[in-house]
Amino acid sequence: MNSVFSFARLGALLIKEFIQMRRDRITFAMMLGVPLIQLVLFGYAINNDPKSLPAALVATSNDPYTRAIVAALQTTGYYRFDHVAQSAAEAEFLISRGDVAFVVTIPADFARRVESGNNPQILIEADATDPAVASGAISTLGTVASQALLRAQGTQEAAAEAAKGQLDVVVHRRYNPEGISQYNIVPGLLGVILQMTMVMMTSIALTRETERGTMENLLAMPSSPLEIMMGKVLPYLAVGGVQVVVVLAAAKLLFAIPFTGSMSLLLTAVLIFVLALVLLGYTISTIARTQMQALQLTFFFFLPSIMLSGFMFPYRGMPDWAQAFGEIFPLTHFLRITRAVMLKGAELPAVAGEIGWLVVFVALFAGVALVRFRRTLD
Amino acid sequence: MNAIDVHGLVKRFGDKTVVDHVTMSVAEGEIVGFLGPNGSGKTTTIRIMCGLLTPDEGEGTVLGFNIRTDSLRIKREVGYMTQKFSFYEDLTIGENLEFVARLYRLKPVEEHVASTLEDLGLTSRRNQLAGTLSGGWKQRLALAACIMHKPKLLLLDEPTAGVDPKARREFWDEIHRLASGGLTVLVSTHYMDEAERCHRISYISYGKMLATGTVAEVVRNAGLTTFVLQGPRLDQVAEALQGRPGVDQVAPFGATLHVVGSDKKKLEAALADVEKEHKGVKVSPGETSLEDVFIQFMSGSKDNMA
Repeated sequence: MNSVFSFARLGALLIKEFIQMRRDRITFAMMLGVPLIQLVLFGYAINNDPKSLPAALVATSNDPYTRAIVAALQTTGYYRFDHVAQSAAEAEFLISRGDVAFVVTIPADFARRVESGNNPQILIEADATDPAVASGAISTLGTVASQALLRAQGTQEAAAEAAKGQLDVVVHRRYNPEGISQYNIVPGLLGVILQMTMVMMTSIALTRETERGTMENLLAMPSSPLEIMMGKVLPYLAVGGVQVVVVLAAAKLLFAIPFTGSMSLLLTAVLIFVLALVLLGYTISTIARTQMQALQLTFFFFLPSIMLSGFMFPYRGMPDWAQAFGEIFPLTHFLRITRAVMLKGAELPAVAGEIGWLVVFVALFAGVALVRFRRTLD
Repeated sequence: MNAIDVHGLVKRFGDKTVVDHVTMSVAEGEIVGFLGPNGSGKTTTIRIMCGLLTPDEGEGTVLGFNIRTDSLRIKREVGYMTQKFSFYEDLTIGENLEFVARLYRLKPVEEHVASTLEDLGLTSRRNQLAGTLSGGWKQRLALAACIMHKPKLLLLDEPTAGVDPKARREFWDEIHRLASGGLTVLVSTHYMDEAERCHRISYISYGKMLATGTVAEVVRNAGLTTFVLQGPRLDQVAEALQGRPGVDQVAPFGATLHVVGSDKKKLEAALADVEKEHKGVKVSPGETSLEDVFIQFMSGSKDNMA
């Protein structure tokens, strides 16, 4: 018994382990703080039935029927008409940029047709790149609109039955008419895969040198912080390029993802995104003191960026504060760009703002890394 | 112009003063040994000199460049060999040398690498991973890599720790050959025989520079008196002498016992009756060694690394 198991020896091992746990501050903070932060963050932020989705109204006449339908749609809680488009072209730009999830078009002759009973129509275009986002809003649509119209007409119930079939709600699921979720997931996966490998690899770039003792020599030789940073970051940029080709080829061949947009625009955005990622990883490696800490910090960053970027759960479903928080992740902006370019065929003007965000991240991470980099061993 | 001229260097880590007002000058072409116990601030001082650490106080120049503002220039002209092997173990010997040659922009790279490998006698092992080398060979590779760019000053931090005596001898022959070519060398060590191969030595203890000069000067200035005891049962004699007034050190050396004290009169008094008390023991005046001086320094200074 004594030779196989002793409580005293087990106790010695346990005490040693707890002492080491306590010494490693970052690990300790992660063990206690991270579960709590993530539980609260995700618990409040994630919502699979997004409401109050931004919508654009294209209505040229201001008659009681139009107003009744708009009011009824707003009352469902799904639609929030915060854009009034003057033309179909303007509405098209808004939806391709992702500023709105719906475009509701009520034709100019709507009132006349309602009164004459001549098959009145409204058109609802939904951005179906993420099929989950639009489904709730679309499913309530037909009944709500019909009832609103009837109330506005003030017809009796008997007449209501007769008129009910008259309103024709035309729904266009744009960009992904069959509601195939791969169309949404696979372009997103490109971003997630790149983020996982790029940040993780570069986050140990400097800590590995420090742990192996080669950092002291590297610093003693004439190399500037900028040279060291670029020397660490550029190889992974190349690795990222290879990954991009592999993922895009697989997206095309295995999942038959439609490829409507400009390839050169997509590749430019990917390049800037990968650059932002490797610089982020490098910044982490200037903060972490061991490879273990670097990996922990990477995961600490990784989980919320997947949850809050709109990759896993609808971005629009999150409360405003969580949406604002989601903006700090390069992945959020990258997802918007890839989905817009790959599925919607968006051109540069539509995604310029998001690309601008990525450029800001590149500059920010590079700046922080250069400031954080310790040229000396102080 | 001195190769190294620093004064009043202070470096603190937290509330510990690791380097405490160190002043040092090394003339061109000189080999200076840097001695002191573990944790005495040797490595920190060397790192300040090669621009890896910024001093909290103090000023100075290395090869005429200001240690605070010109660290990049210093890095180009100095060869620094770290205490721990700090080349890439997952690169081959050749790849490590090529890397260093390119960092210092030596052209053509291949020529420099080939001649360095030739000098080292490692040409046939060029494609061997550096991590698979034995301690002695790693040390030779590290030295070769840090003299490849023909530095004017070589800073060596315990270069021979864990290296066998023959390799150490060869290493020192190489150092002397380089110094005769005009290279200045500052080398930290724990070995007394290595200290004696230096032109001058500096002794630092717990951040403070305690002595500097040639070996003979340091020994003379320490002002110690040494007696050598010979005879049977010296272990009992040692025990009896331990702690007597005037006796600072009692240390067995082979078949003899060295008794050292800083006050000659007290030491003589303490030893006066030894020959009577212990039959067959003979007391004779001895030569104070460098090691005796260092032990004296060490026991006299407070340990601040505890």
